[in-house]
Amino acid sequence: MTDIFAEPNVLGAEDETLEPVKKVSIVISRGSLEGVYPGLIMANGARMEGIEASIFFTFFGLHAIVKKKMNKLKVATVGNPALCVPDAMGMALPTFLGAIPGMSAFATYMMKKEMEKIDIPPVGEFIEMIHDAGAKLYSCKATVDMFKLKPEDFCPQMDKVLTVGEFYELSAGSQIIFT
Amino acid sequence: MPVLELAGKNITFNDEGFMEDHKQWDEAVAREIAAKVGIPELNERHFTVLNYMRKAYEENGTGPSIRALTKQSGIPTKELYELFPKGPAKKAARIAGIPKPQGCI
Repeated sequence: MTDIFAEPNVLGAEDETLEPVKKVSIVISRGSLEGVYPGLIMANGARMEGIEASIFFTFFGLHAIVKKKMNKLKVATVGNPALCVPDAMGMALPTFLGAIPGMSAFATYMMKKEMEKIDIPPVGEFIEMIHDAGAKLYSCKATVDMFKLKPEDFCPQMDKVLTVGEFYELSAGSQIIFT
Repeated sequence: MPVLELAGKNITFNDEGFMEDHKQWDEAVAREIAAKVGIPELNERHFTVLNYMRKAYEENGTGPSIRALTKQSGIPTKELYELFPKGPAKKAARIAGIPKPQGCI
């Protein structure tokens, strides 16, 4: 009899010799709320499945691990043609309305409210949770230099500043996911 | 559907290895499932998690998210991953005799 408790199950795979995903390296490159969350959710989800995970924060994505910025990330309401009000099935928000002061804060408030309902934590809490779950959090050296960031600017969960070369070294055997 | 004899009972599982009927569960069944998924001993902390998951399932019809689990059971995230290595949500649900968790968080 096959082992019904075999983990992780490769569900729906026609080819039974396929290897399950064992390790992921997720790159978060954008600093808007909707730019940061997908990577965080994927990293956390990986750990929940017993998959090794690390996140490499680069460019504005770095804001997710900078103490003063991490809990103030906002939804981009300009240059985002998919944004609709009051929800995803509502009316498209024209870019010029998105530029009105306060619009981004409002869209952020709405999105955070909906996220809380489905138990997605705020960025700071999520970073702590992902780190406690055993994922590694790295920042990109080029960005750290460019933004003139100091070690004390980062949240304590940030493990190390890496060059892109070191990132590739640490990603041996990983699936690299760019967000 | 696979039926296994665990702790003297015939327990029905679905094809993914989750119990079909959570009412068939007891602590002895939990210990035998745990042994099969790589946790040889269940201690009091494991049962704190399992009992919370069962309670959440009975109340909401679905297992809790990791966030709700850690906040409400009082077991911190780090410890949860130590208690149920390699995938706490799925593994704990399996041992708790409840269906596979449906949430993403």
